[in-house]
Order: sequence, then C-alpha cells, then structure tokens
Amino acid sequence: MNKFFIVLGHTFFTRLKSKSFLFSTAFILLLLTLFANIDTIVHYFMGDDEGKIAVIDETDELYPVLEKALADLDDRLTLEKFDASEEKGKEAVQSGEYDGLLVISYDEAHFPKAVFYENDAVESWNQMTIEQQLQQIKVALATERSGIDEQTLAAIYEPVQFEKVALDETAKTDEELNAARGIVYIMLFVLYMAVIIYGQMIATDVATEKSSRVMEILISSASPITHLFAKIIGIACLGITQMLIIFMYAIWLFKTKGSELADALIEEFGFSVENLALFIYALIFFILGYLLYATIAAMLGSLVSRVEDVQQLTMPLIFLVMIAFFIAMFGLAAPDAKFITITSYIPFFTPMIMFLRIGMLEIPAWEIGLSITVLIATIILFAWLSARIYRGGVLMYGPSRSLKDIKQAFLLTKKEN
Amino acid sequence: MSLRIDNVTKKFGDHIAVDNLQLEIPEKGLFGFLGGNGAGKTTTFRMILGLLDPTSGEITWNGQKIDYGKSHLIGYLPEERGLYPKLKVKDQLVYLGRLRGMRKNDIEAEMEYWLDRFEIPHYANKKVEELSKGNQQKIQFISAVIHRPSLLILDEPFSGLDPINVEMLKEAVIDLADNGTTIVFSSHQMEHVEEMCENICILRAGKTVVKGNLAKIKQSFGKKNLNIYGDMPFDSLKTMPGVLRYQEVVGGCKLQIENESVSQEILKSLSGKGFLRRFELEEPTLNDIFIEKVGERYE
Repeated sequence: MNKFFIVLGHTFFTRLKSKSFLFSTAFILLLLTLFANIDTIVHYFMGDDEGKIAVIDETDELYPVLEKALADLDDRLTLEKFDASEEKGKEAVQSGEYDGLLVISYDEAHFPKAVFYENDAVESWNQMTIEQQLQQIKVALATERSGIDEQTLAAIYEPVQFEKVALDETAKTDEELNAARGIVYIMLFVLYMAVIIYGQMIATDVATEKSSRVMEILISSASPITHLFAKIIGIACLGITQMLIIFMYAIWLFKTKGSELADALIEEFGFSVENLALFIYALIFFILGYLLYATIAAMLGSLVSRVEDVQQLTMPLIFLVMIAFFIAMFGLAAPDAKFITITSYIPFFTPMIMFLRIGMLEIPAWEIGLSITVLIATIILFAWLSARIYRGGVLMYGPSRSLKDIKQAFLLTKKEN
Repeated sequence: MSLRIDNVTKKFGDHIAVDNLQLEIPEKGLFGFLGGNGAGKTTTFRMILGLLDPTSGEITWNGQKIDYGKSHLIGYLPEERGLYPKLKVKDQLVYLGRLRGMRKNDIEAEMEYWLDRFEIPHYANKKVEELSKGNQQKIQFISAVIHRPSLLILDEPFSGLDPINVEMLKEAVIDLADNGTTIVFSSHQMEHVEEMCENICILRAGKTVVKGNLAKIKQSFGKKNLNIYGDMPFDSLKTMPGVLRYQEVVGGCKLQIENESVSQEILKSLSGKGFLRRFELEEPTLNDIFIEKVGERYE
C-alpha cells in the first residue's frame, strides 16, 4: 500500500509541475476570463466601428422617421442628410468621408425602397440595421394604410398560449427538466473532456515509462497492478485538482463580475439543493466512467513501445467516448427512446446515458442498480485484463499496434501453455 | 542461504526460452552468467525478479519465493538501461529508492556517497537526458544498489562503458561482493567474468552447458594452451598428435593441446633444434571453454 502512494505521489507531482499542465490550466483560466468579460471586449472592438451614413431622401418624408428609429436603437450609427446629387454622394463614400450612402425613395405601391452604397460588398452590420428599420417602417405604413389599429396588431403578434400537463404524478416538471438538462449537459461535457484528456495522459505516461525503459525497474520494485492503479488514481487526482482550480476561479469570476450573470447561470444549470441526488449520481457515474476508460487507456499505453504510437492505439477508445457523447446528445432530446434505454446498459455508454436518463426521467431504483452493477463488473473485468496485459505489455518491445499484441502480452504472463 | 533455481522452464508459446535450469547460486560473492543472444539470460533474471512466472519449477531466495514484499532486498540493473529522461538525477534516485522501501534522508546520504565515488557529484541536479551515456549508466547502477540489496542482479553491467568507467564500476561491484552482497551478473566481455567470478554458468538455447566453480571447470576441461617463443621452425608441431589448434605469431606460436602431458612431448621434440626463449603452459581461457561448449564464437 505504501508503494501505491509513492507511485501515486510521483505521478501526481511530476505532472503537476510539468509545463504542459501549467500552460493548459493557464490557458483555460485565460479563456474563462475572456468569456466573463465578453461584453467589455465586444464593446471595445465594436467601438471602432462607428458608422456615418449619408442619406438622400427622395421621399422628403422618411428621413426623420428613420433617424429617430435608429437613434433609439443604436448610438453608433449616425445618419446625415445629404443634399447633393447621388454621384457626389458616392464620391464622398469613396473618399472615406462617409461610411455609406443610402438613397430612399418610394416604389410604385408607395412603399419605401432603398439603395445602399458601401465600399465593399460584404454584408455589414450597418446594412442589416438600416434594412431592419426600413422594414419596420414599411410594416407600420402598411398596417396604417389598411386601417388596422395597434391593439389588433399586437394581438396578431402575441404568441399562442400553450401549456403542457404531465399526467404521471412522478414525472418531472418543466423546471426540473431544465435543471436536469443543465446538469446533464455539464456532466456529459466534463466526462467527455476528462476521458479524452486524462485518458490520453495516462496512456502517454505509461508509454513514456515503457519507451524510456524505466518500467522494468519500476515493476521489479512494485507490482504492475499497484503501479497501474496508482497511476490511474494519480492522474485522477491531477484532473480533480485542475478542475477544482478552474471551478474555483470561475465562481470567483462570476461573483466579482456582478451577480446578474452568475445568478442566471446558476439558475440555468439548476444548481440547487433539490438536485443534490442528481449531483451525487453525477459524481458516481463520473468516477466509474473515468475508471473504466482510464483502465483501458493504461492497458493500451502498455502495448506501445514509442510514445508516438499512443495516439494511434488510443483512437478506438476516443471514438467510443465520442459515440457515447453523440448518443447522449441525441438522448437529451428524446430520453425515453428505446435506443437510449438499451445503450444505457452498455457499460461503455452507461456513465453518460444512464445518468442522462436518471436526470431526465423517473427511473426505478433497480434499473439504476443494475446498470451500476454491470458497470462495476465491467470495470473489474477490464482491471483484471489490463493488469495482466500491462504486466506482459511492459516487457514487450518492438512495433506494436495490433490486437495480436494484446494476445501476446496476455500470454506472456501465463503460467501454463 | 542461497539463490536456488529449481528445474525451471519457461516457454513462450512453442518457444522454450529456458529449459529445465537447475542452479544453486551460493550466498555472497559473484556469479557469472554467460551465453549468446537469446540464450535465456535475461529471461532467467526476469524470473528471479518475479517479472515473469516460470512455466514450471521454482526459484527461491533463502528458501522463500521472491515477491514484492522482498523487493527492498533486491537490486536490479536491466540490460536495457532505463531512467526518466526528463527527471533530475536526485529526484530519480529518491523515487526509485523510495520504491525500494528507503526513507528520503537515507537515500540522500547514500546518493552522496555513490555520486562522490563515481566522481559525478555535480550532476545531482541535472536531468538524466543531459548526461553522457557513461554517466547515465553510473546513475543506473546507483539506482540498483542504493538500498544496499542483499541480492544484486546485473544484466550486462559493463557494456558500452569506456575502460576507465569499467574499472570504476568493477571495483564497486567487487567491493559490494566483499561486503556480503550476492551478485549475479551477465557480461558480454568474457574477461570480466573470468577475472571476477568464482562461479559461473554458461547457457545455450536455454540449457546449461557448463556450470560450477570456474577454477574446477578449467581444470576438468583438460585442454591447455601452450605458448612457445624461440629461434626454430614450429611447422612440425602442426601435425603432432595432441595438438588441437595451431596459430603462428611473431617469434613463436600459440597452441591448444589435448592435455598437459602433450606439452612434455613437444618440449622433447623441440630440444636441440634451436634457442628456446619462452615455453609456457596456460590454463584454458573462458573463451576457449565457451567456444568449445557453445560451438560458436561468442560475439
């Protein structure tokens, strides 16, 4: 047991001090900071984009209406009446005096129409804004002309009243569902990332020890099984540390950024005491899911002789997680589909899909128990298999990329032949 | 108190790597393992260490099976050198030492002693990948002995080292043996085994060809080497009965003869033919025995 902690500590601290860990954590923190300050950033960059538009009003009526509408909407766009000819106006745009030239006139039906001149053909923010406002002016004109009053218009645009009532007493309410969806979303994403990042890390670590041949000394000091699991748990601790850092930082950011965004987010993702059970399930499935995938990753890592081959061999594992992820995404929309029910019992998918079902539906306890049992049994099976393959695999060198090597590694530890 | 390898066989599929090996390696002192590539040396070592399970047979140290509970008693220098390239020498030795059940303070004291002894104390805070190959091997050696094992297994400890470093390491190995460590080692260089080991074992395709006390093996081998230098023609010796090998050298010849009495015949036949400068009868070298027993040149 003592050796277990020595290997665990070594795995944890060497990774913690590594440049890749520091950089990736710093990078995520930076992204979070950017995300939290998105308003300021957008404003800063858009601030430069002020538009001064010259307007030739051939109707002699619409300019004040449009100017008022735009002034209410956006202070970055200013209109200026232009009294000279269209040609002069175009020249002024080309010379950079104005950002655009708008020519408003009436069409045959006496509705507003416009031509907008800009230096480039790219669809600009200015263009869209003006177009929208003109459209509204047109609607107003049209309703006014056909004699519809504002109240009627408001009634037309009001959304229909639609309420859903679930007859099953235990079914989740809309609020609960929304909250569950939020948690499921986060859990799916975190598990997906964790398996891909930390699974890869375990496989790489094992392959590094193998390719540098330090492995033979390691497993002559501590048993391969101790070593294997110390490594898996060590990386898990690393992952938890990284996530904690990110999480704490995120909470601090949202707290200092003013409560509005934080409150909205907390509500959106359903972080509340009522969901405690769901959080506990999230934790259970996360740990089990990680263990299953990490065990397999370590086994695959023990089969390659060069670190460069890790990517290739862990590919199927990554695909498996991706498939689970996509099924889960589908399941979010239709959690009661038969397909989802079936996949929730397949151990590779259980952590994501069964958790999703628990969050979105009312699942009898025996179903949850059964799926967890199957999952744990699978983990034990793979742990046993991995430990044996690992023991043989770390002594095997040469180009190894195929399933045949798994068999060979397995046989290497076999007593009788 | 000894390392017993009892009827050990190891098969990989159809391939027999070690075939019914029976050895008793006495406690203390040096035991040499010889054999060509694929003879089963490394497989035997790995079985002793418990990295591989024998297909049949048993290996015991002091009457008990070697398992991970005893790893603090055992030191291992693998044939393929392996250290963490990106880890500092000090961190590396501390980690490997702790895995052998040592405490950090003890490791640091031992490490200082060994680094000083190998004249590389200034490398303690360097990464292993920055060290020359020879110095990396010294670190590797330190990692095998830092916990003062009672059984030390050295797989090709001297390969790839320059003569100065070989001497340094050899001295260290002999010191350890004198202090009571049981050392089992294999080497490519026959002369190392010859000069250091009391007992040896030659493997060929997993089978023991020769084993036992080196002096006795040489004695019972029978054949001797005879070196003759003088001013006379030696051609006639080529066809003399009892002469097995004839090799001309500057000013003389080197012979291998069937047994020592042949030398007296040769001396008689040479007398009076000219001035005889040197006439020396030698024990066979390990190389001679190896070639004879294994039937092929070693290396």
